[in-house]
Amino acid sequence: MSSDVRFTDFKSDKQPTWCPGCGDFGTMNGMMKALANTGNDPDNTFVVAGIGCSGKIGTYMHSYALHGVHGRALPVGTGVKLANPDLEVMVAGGDGDGYSIGAGHFIHAVRRNVDMTYVVMDNRIYGLTKGQASPTSREDFETSTTPEGPKQPPVNPLALALSAGGSFIAQSFSTDAQRHTEIVQKAIEHDGFGFVNVFSPCVTFNDVDTYDYFRDSIVDLADEDYDPTDREAAKEKILDADKEYQGILYQNEESVPYSDLHGLDSNMADIPDGAPEGAMDLVREFY
Amino acid sequence: MPDDLNWAIGGEAGDGIDSTGKIFAQALSRAGRHVFTSKDFASRIRGGYTAYKIRSSVDRVESVVDRLDILVALTERTIDENLDELHEGSVIIYDGERTEMEDVEVPEGMIGLSVPLQRLAEEAGGAIMQNIVALGAACEVTNFPIENLDSALEKKFGAKGESIVENNKEAARKGQEFVDEEYDHEFDYDLETTDSDYVLLNGDQAIGMGAIAAGCRFYAGYPITPATDVMEYLTGRIEQFGGEVVQAEDELSAINMALGAARAGARSMTATSGPGIDLMTETFGLVATSETPLVIADVMRSGPSTGMPTKQEQGDLNMTLYGGHGEIPRFVVAPTNVAECFHKTVEAFNLAEKYQTPVFLLADLSMAVTEQTFEPETFDMDAVEIDRGKVVDEDEVEAWTDEKGRFQPHFSTADGVSPRAFPGTTDGAHMSTGLEHNSLGRRTEDTDVRVEQVDKRNRKVETAREEEDWEPREFGDPDSDNLVISWGSNEGAMREALEFLDEDGVDVRFLSVPYIFPRPDLGDEIEAADEVIVVECNATGQFADLLEHDALTRVKRVNKYNGVRFKADELANEIKESLQTEEVTA
Ligand SMILES: Cc1ncc(C[n+]2csc(CCOP(=O)(O)OP(=O)(O)O)c2C)c(N)n1
Ligand code: SF4
Repeated sequence: MSSDVRFTDFKSDKQPTWCPGCGDFGTMNGMMKALANTGNDPDNTFVVAGIGCSGKIGTYMHSYALHGVHGRALPVGTGVKLANPDLEVMVAGGDGDGYSIGAGHFIHAVRRNVDMTYVVMDNRIYGLTKGQASPTSREDFETSTTPEGPKQPPVNPLALALSAGGSFIAQSFSTDAQRHTEIVQKAIEHDGFGFVNVFSPCVTFNDVDTYDYFRDSIVDLADEDYDPTDREAAKEKILDADKEYQGILYQNEESVPYSDLHGLDSNMADIPDGAPEGAMDLVREFY
Repeated sequence: MPDDLNWAIGGEAGDGIDSTGKIFAQALSRAGRHVFTSKDFASRIRGGYTAYKIRSSVDRVESVVDRLDILVALTERTIDENLDELHEGSVIIYDGERTEMEDVEVPEGMIGLSVPLQRLAEEAGGAIMQNIVALGAACEVTNFPIENLDSALEKKFGAKGESIVENNKEAARKGQEFVDEEYDHEFDYDLETTDSDYVLLNGDQAIGMGAIAAGCRFYAGYPITPATDVMEYLTGRIEQFGGEVVQAEDELSAINMALGAARAGARSMTATSGPGIDLMTETFGLVATSETPLVIADVMRSGPSTGMPTKQEQGDLNMTLYGGHGEIPRFVVAPTNVAECFHKTVEAFNLAEKYQTPVFLLADLSMAVTEQTFEPETFDMDAVEIDRGKVVDEDEVEAWTDEKGRFQPHFSTADGVSPRAFPGTTDGAHMSTGLEHNSLGRRTEDTDVRVEQVDKRNRKVETAREEEDWEPREFGDPDSDNLVISWGSNEGAMREALEFLDEDGVDVRFLSVPYIFPRPDLGDEIEAADEVIVVECNATGQFADLLEHDALTRVKRVNKYNGVRFKADELANEIKESLQTEEVTA
């Protein structure tokens, strides 16, 4: 790890094809800054991305990266991190990717508490497939597949994470560059699964959850006398459906990541040239 | 009396049938006898008939036959279930003092030994040891030195303390003495013992052992019969070598975790069975397109859908061969016996890393749950070779970068295999994706690049076809005009069937094929033979289809799909019959 890494070192030379104004630009910039600020460089960083506009992030960043199948980015990240604990693992995806097709993995990744960072670019719509309802879409949000609205309540990802035993639960707004960067940075520094739901507006398909809407409604917890280690307080905020919060909603300072609990500290890529020493004991067990 | 013993214990699931059978198998193995076990089990934990069968001889045994010499029947139903295999002179050990066994009628010509299993067990310290009493009785019937049983009991219960071990030994003695004193029948058995030290293990365990030997450090799976034993074997063992087993939330997660670990540079694996392999299918293409080395074991069971989870079938061949959308270069390797489960697993890891592809290890239930004895040298750890393929370190990275200094993980080489930089390698940072990509790993829809990358990936298979040894294993009469071909676990039964056929004056050349893709070219062999029969445990003959396609000819088929593996004598009869029929009835 070199100390003179700049955030632009995490930029690939590929120009993003996101729509001009898409929230994902800000989300990604903040992630790159946070990685650089925490002393990482592209060669020790692994970015796993899902499928969706959001999932393209791996292409626009420069690091080791895998762009997988829809909804399965978290398991991939888990495998990467457990196999090599020296890597900084960042998983990114959309609200559809993470809370719909990947919802099962989300809950279990939270429980497993592997030391990685999960950033969800929540635009409350399916962007890449051109504007269908997502699990975070509002009940009455009209889309091509829900002309009268989904008629079902949106999922509350923070509540899911809290109930699954999440050790770091945060929310940010992509265009608030400084706060967003700061929050992702805290998530990286957290010992365990750092989850950040980012409001990352889709300027093309979502005319309800817009920049203006978020700007007007966001309440920053930094402006309140709020203690993120207080789980009861977190519960109250997270279940408050009338407000959009920015900040760290909950952090368990006693969090022990999976690798520590399981005593994993070596790079599994390092193996001997032949069968490991003592392998014959494996055979003798069967006498 | 032949030395070949067929013994079984049967009762209700939950009666400890499995562990009792294992103890006896171990006692026989410790006495230097070969053992081959099989199980009849139902898909439930309590209730339902279940049996553990052992075939044992001083010579190697590779299969089961349609014969049962000694049956320990814990329920009346056990006798009914095995009536077909019992014969004149078969010994049935049962507890006639138990009310539910009072009316047991021992079939004509068989020898019924009513032994008060429960009462004697209680005298020895607890009714729970009734099965051990039965084992003691079996020792007496077979003239088998009971000290071998003692040794197996020590191994089984040693950790639970001296008194438990002693009580069990006592229970066994009581069974032995009871038969000795109450029955003056002269039993024909005189089980020979030898000085050989065998190990006794099943196919799933052999796969797990092969994985550790090959340097596998990461395993992610989701429990499913009959693949779970692989995960259970690795759990607690792989950690000793710096590895980890993760029980994932489902198979989608399992294969993606394994893929992640493989990308990080670990030798990584997942194992599942039918329904689980279905769920993993979407990721096959990602593994192949991102050129990630991954071993995916499918321990087949009876399908489709949830089918018969505890029964045998070789029905997933097409699934592993063709599963997934688009066209996916891959290898499919099918071990032919328990020891081959070990060797082929090691080979699978080398193939996966040398060619950066998914490798399917196609095992099946019969092999997975069969315990078999082997000379320990069969699992020669010194002979294990590790080939990690084209891994480049930070000094070598530059040779594979483009004019802008960017590493090219999908560089189109002559052999189709690209350089691999493990994450953490300085200046090797790159992106991989399931989208079609250029040499940098970046998405493209450029028609020329698309064709180049598809060709490059497929070229790996061609390279492997030339560089690796895909030969079948050959048995029987090399000059015979009758050619029998099978794949996977049918090898053992077929080898013994050759002996039966030989006795009947039928000569057969037998090829056992451990590779499905790439597979040996059997065109010449097929053309040279008068009769070609393909043996497999499925209804449609999936492998026969492949061979017909390869050789542009029709072959005869012997298929079994009732959920039970082939028995050697049965197979011999089927082959004989097939040779006598004129038409190909495919
Ligand atoms: C198994 C599967 N089903 C469906 C798709 C099609 N698909 C691509 S992106 C997407 C939704 C993405 O929505 P979201 O995760 O919210 O990301 P966004 O594009 O809004 O950033 C879908 C359904 C797919 N690629 N794979
Ligand atoms: S469609 Fe929406 S989410 Fe996708 S790039 Fe455009 S603005 Fe962003």
